[in-house]
Amino acid sequence: MTTQEAAETGAIESPLVGGADPSTMHAGVYREKSRPRVLAETVLPPLVMGALIAGLWYSVSYGVLDERRRFLLRPPHQVIEVGFLDWDNFSEILSGLWSSTRVAMIGLAIAITIGFALATLMSQAKVVERAVFPFMVTLQAIPILAIVPLISFWFGTGQKSRVVVCVIISLFPIIVNTLFGLQSAERGMHDLFTLHRASRLTRLRKLMFPAAMPAIFAGLRISAGLSVIGAIVGDFFFGLGDVGIGQLLRKYANNLNGEQLLAAVIMSSALGVTVFLIFGWIQTAAIGKWHDTSDSGI
Amino acid sequence: MIFPDGTEALQDVSFSVDRGEFVTVVGPSGCGKSTLLKIASGLLENTAGHVSVDRERIGYVFQDATLLHWRTILSNVELFAELHGIAKDERRSLAQDAIDMVGLSGFEHHYPKSLSGGMRMRASLARTLTLQPPVFLFDEPFGAVDEITREHLNEETQQLFQREGFAGLFITHSISEAVFMSTRVLVMSARPGRIVAEFDIPFDYPRKPQLRFEAAFAELSGEVSAQLRGAHS
Ligand SMILES: Nc1ncnc2c1ncn2[C@@H]1O[C@H](COP(=O)(O)OP(=O)(O)OP(=O)(O)O)[C@@H](O)[C@H]1O
Ligand SMILES: [Mg+2]
Repeated sequence: MTTQEAAETGAIESPLVGGADPSTMHAGVYREKSRPRVLAETVLPPLVMGALIAGLWYSVSYGVLDERRRFLLRPPHQVIEVGFLDWDNFSEILSGLWSSTRVAMIGLAIAITIGFALATLMSQAKVVERAVFPFMVTLQAIPILAIVPLISFWFGTGQKSRVVVCVIISLFPIIVNTLFGLQSAERGMHDLFTLHRASRLTRLRKLMFPAAMPAIFAGLRISAGLSVIGAIVGDFFFGLGDVGIGQLLRKYANNLNGEQLLAAVIMSSALGVTVFLIFGWIQTAAIGKWHDTSDSGI
Repeated sequence: MIFPDGTEALQDVSFSVDRGEFVTVVGPSGCGKSTLLKIASGLLENTAGHVSVDRERIGYVFQDATLLHWRTILSNVELFAELHGIAKDERRSLAQDAIDMVGLSGFEHHYPKSLSGGMRMRASLARTLTLQPPVFLFDEPFGAVDEITREHLNEETQQLFQREGFAGLFITHSISEAVFMSTRVLVMSARPGRIVAEFDIPFDYPRKPQLRFEAAFAELSGEVSAQLRGAHS
């Protein structure tokens, strides 16, 4: 590096440039939009898309499939009538959903505990990171279906195995994101703590953990969604005890209950979306005041 | 000072700063001024020579504000007192005084992201003021503030120095800032930084803002500037 180049890099690092607030630069560009127009621009597109999907659905149900094969894709109104409006059917789906939600929550709680502990350890000692990380990646690379027999062999075919699937499937994003977050505090911030002789614990509590929060939440959102998937997949394979949504899906498919099958699929997806939204909401409540989600992409 | 990658940042730098002295270093960008302060503070280990600094409650204002984004301004300013185990009530009042002094009253409960670059730098200065440090290192703390605020802060800093009598080591690119506040000005050469000139600044404290327009002030500034020009080549 020449002196000239060094001088230029030095200049870029100066707070005069780095500290400029990007939002002020566009101040003149924004124009107020009228309320109805905003409504039309945000609400209309998904409505139109929804109508198109319903239209396509009807045309497949009635146009492509003949009467004998219509059970493969029941038209929307029948799915609503049989799957949602018939209380016996719908309450069965709801109780299956609740069972799977419990499994997902227990699995996620365990994954969070293990994940935080491991990530914290790794952040404190590089040796631990070097030792553990390759195995984490390897473990992560095993398709869950490949270890289903092993899980049932070790943990049986009930609740325990379903929770194990959830933990395995949701652990990795928590570890990776938490570790990344713990390592994300800037050098200068660490210097402050070094300068004033903060203990290791103080540094962890007052610097590394708060700095890690945005990444931790990003990990949690991914993992929460995965643990719902894990609960359903686990329930599909391990059916002893409580009947979860996976068992119901299997049953409806076997009995050719097309309406209930679709209703159960829709409700599973609604559960995933709800979980994602809840964690997004917790994130905004916890760190929204100081962290702009739009700034960093996480 | 030689970095692991072979960059030689400082060479034959030798000086001392006693309590009651305010020494300012001016020099071209990249000559090793920040490196000098990092060595003085103990953040960097010198690769040659001898360094002796009283580092108990050392005050060090970095070139960047380095505020913790998750803390409000008040809570950021309290950080050092917190790390030194000062009780809650006391550090709150220390922080409030420091915030008033740098002119950030009213922004106590704002988060750093909603402050301008210059305001963040002032918050960073306030954070260090809470320690009432016996040794005070400043790395271009006012580089990002407008000229009026800078002059105001120079006057405040100079009063603070007179009141507290700390040993001050200040880095800047601004010659008038250097001459206005210091007892001594050191001029450094381009990398590897060496001290090429030294000026004693004889004006009495407290220094009045009008000092900047006096002939003696202009003359000294001119001499420092001439040396600095020489240092650039
Ligand atoms: N950790 C490092 N490793 C290698 N080289 C470094 C390191 N830190 C600084 N340098 C180099 O040492 C030289 C001096 O850097 P320093 O930050 O002290 O400059 P400066 O005088 O403070 O500049 P400015 O006025 O732009 O802040 C530069 O050339 C820089 O590239
Ligand atoms: Mg510097």
